Amino acid sequence: MADTIYAYVQTASQEPLPPPGRTTGTIYWIQKNLFSSFSNTLLTVVVGLFLLWLLPILYNFLIGHAVFQGDANTCRINVDGACWVFIGDRIRFITYGFYPPAEYWRPNLVFWVGLALIIPLVWTGVPYKILNAALFFLVFPVFAFILLNGGSFGLLRVPTELWGGLMITLLLAVVGVVGSFPIGVLLALGRRSKLPIIKTFCVLFIELWRAVPLITVLFMVSVMLPLFMPQGTTIDKLLRALVGITVFYGAYMAEVVRGGLQALPRGQYEAASALGLNYWKSMAFIILPQALKYVIPGIVGTLISLVKDTSLVSIIGIFDLLNAIQSAGSDSAWATPTKSITGYAFAIFIFFILCFSLSRYSLYMERRLNTGHKRGN
Amino acid sequence: MAVDTAGRLAPPPRTAFFNDPVIRGYFYQALLVLIVGGLVYWLGANAIANLTAQGKSLGFDFLRNTAGFDIAYTLIPYSRTSTYLDVFFVGLLNTLLVSLISIVLATLLGFFLGIARLSPNWLVAKVAAIYVEFTRNIPLLLQLFIWYFAVLKVMPAVKQSYSLGDMVFINQRGVFIPSPVPDDKFVWVVVALVIAVLASIAVRIWAKTRLEATGQRFPVFLTVLAIVIALPALTWLVTGANLALDVPKLTGFNFRGGIDLPPELLALIFGLTIYTATFIGEIVRSGIEAVSRGQSEAAQSLGLREGDRLRLVVIPQAMRVIIPPLTSEYLSLTKNSSLGAAIAFPELVSIFSGTALNQAGRAIEIVGMTMAVYLTFSLIVSLIMNIYNARVALVER
Repeated sequence: MADTIYAYVQTASQEPLPPPGRTTGTIYWIQKNLFSSFSNTLLTVVVGLFLLWLLPILYNFLIGHAVFQGDANTCRINVDGACWVFIGDRIRFITYGFYPPAEYWRPNLVFWVGLALIIPLVWTGVPYKILNAALFFLVFPVFAFILLNGGSFGLLRVPTELWGGLMITLLLAVVGVVGSFPIGVLLALGRRSKLPIIKTFCVLFIELWRAVPLITVLFMVSVMLPLFMPQGTTIDKLLRALVGITVFYGAYMAEVVRGGLQALPRGQYEAASALGLNYWKSMAFIILPQALKYVIPGIVGTLISLVKDTSLVSIIGIFDLLNAIQSAGSDSAWATPTKSITGYAFAIFIFFILCFSLSRYSLYMERRLNTGHKRGN
Repeated sequence: MAVDTAGRLAPPPRTAFFNDPVIRGYFYQALLVLIVGGLVYWLGANAIANLTAQGKSLGFDFLRNTAGFDIAYTLIPYSRTSTYLDVFFVGLLNTLLVSLISIVLATLLGFFLGIARLSPNWLVAKVAAIYVEFTRNIPLLLQLFIWYFAVLKVMPAVKQSYSLGDMVFINQRGVFIPSPVPDDKFVWVVVALVIAVLASIAVRIWAKTRLEATGQRFPVFLTVLAIVIALPALTWLVTGANLALDVPKLTGFNFRGGIDLPPELLALIFGLTIYTATFIGEIVRSGIEAVSRGQSEAAQSLGLREGDRLRLVVIPQAMRVIIPPLTSEYLSLTKNSSLGAAIAFPELVSIFSGTALNQAGRAIEIVGMTMAVYLTFSLIVSLIMNIYNARVALVER
């Protein structure tokens, strides 16, 4: 075969290409994420300038020029900084409301005992979960009630009208969270039930509560409920609000749990039946553990809404955190220009910590309980 | 299983009747009926006893009585001599007004936030994420208080109003903006606009038919834009119609003329918009993320252009995920508008379940009517949602 020279066959070797640009390191990252194109650069500059304008203002107001020492007069002079001494002066009212100061140890003790029971309960590594849960769900409520309300064991009785502030907010949040969950699970199971009357009842109950705003529910329990009680009975206002919030969020919880029950493949239900488990056993050991795991984000989202909505009780005249801060601000001794904004900043801080830690905990639980069976993993 | 001599299957072993799930089912249901029925009877009997003791009766006659109180902001004519029924409608309309405005604004801001969180620009995505996390974790009521008491109520007094170009005035009593006053001939401009819109729809249908028949494209968007702007503008010039502006003027102690937006209304709109927008942003983000990358790659390999890829492939699929939670977000915005009661905006709960109830003392009727209104909203929305879901549901094998 002769050495034919084809035009398309190269005779000389190609010049090597230049090495590719950086694909690692800080400079590359900045280039890629902040300055990749003209419009991107423009966005970065605009947002950057906005932050450069905003952050110093926030810093100066909250910390830089804020009043940490002094009294109301210091705040009156200094108008461009938060008046933290106002919070410091009113912290007892904001925390306990009108609770008698000599008895502050009682809510404190309840708080620390509650915390000591909750932390090991939600911390997945800690043993004795059943004992812990029994203590928290059965013994602790009785203990908390006796201690907070008093009237027995030689304790001074403190009627709930005197309770207030952060104490009420935490109480509403914890009772609402603990109470709405079982209500929600039962309603969700009822809605999925094959028994027609139970199913209809649950559907109506859930839809009715979900259709109305919480504030009308609170109005209902505060003005309408007394009309439906036998004459002469008065139910404590705080208790009525508690029941209202708990049942209201129970209905929301039911819809979240139903989502989990529906997402579970049919085979799980059939497998539970094939093992010979009866309804309650198959729900408790097979269906619910899986279904609830699916909907952790939804459950925690509902709980976060609940914590935020505890603030609505201030509309029916209960002194929760927000209401306590509002009325602490209307004290004429503290008529300073920045005190109301400082009060709101403090309320934001408390609610943000409560809600944000709940949402972080949900992410942690999701990762912790992820068994890798979820589709798409 | 036991088989007898004739080869038939023996009946399964009988369980005790109280272990039979069917009988248990009947038992539980009967129990529920008894408990609920008993409860309803007990509550009803108590209510009747209480009402007779107070010398009251149930009924909606009170709706015709004179309400006798003023309402700060009404969309329909209302005076002190109006009836409780008028109060109901004033409240209902105010609720609808606030909800509609907030829904539009929250949707715009929410889509913006959702897209910003998906931005390839790290700074934009981070700022949007921090903003969303921060705003959604603060109770709406607190946000309303901040807007109302800490922002709008500390605006300067009427005489020292901030003014924007002597057209818009901002002070303690709210924001005053000019209102347009069209003259008689202006109706032709509106007619022209309607014709232009109809023509645009016709152009779009014609262009689509032609594209499907011949494959030739037609610049629909530019044509439509030209028609919608040019036709009314031309009519405006030809007819010599005039659109005057009624600018608010400081007369005496307050502004006259223009449109008055009271601080209660603004605070409620700001609060609802900003709070709900963060949730809408998260819905939009998850909707867009739910469309797998393969879909847009498949569209690309079919030869669709960038715009068509988004319009025909990605957005319709994202909307399927976005719309159901979006409507329930709209519904909860409408329900949240009842928080206007806390900042004295005269919406349904504030004036009807609040003031009217305190005066008339008809707790059962008034709370019942209020709940019925929200129940109706919720039923209408779920009806529309069911129809929509049936239309867009994935057709699977």
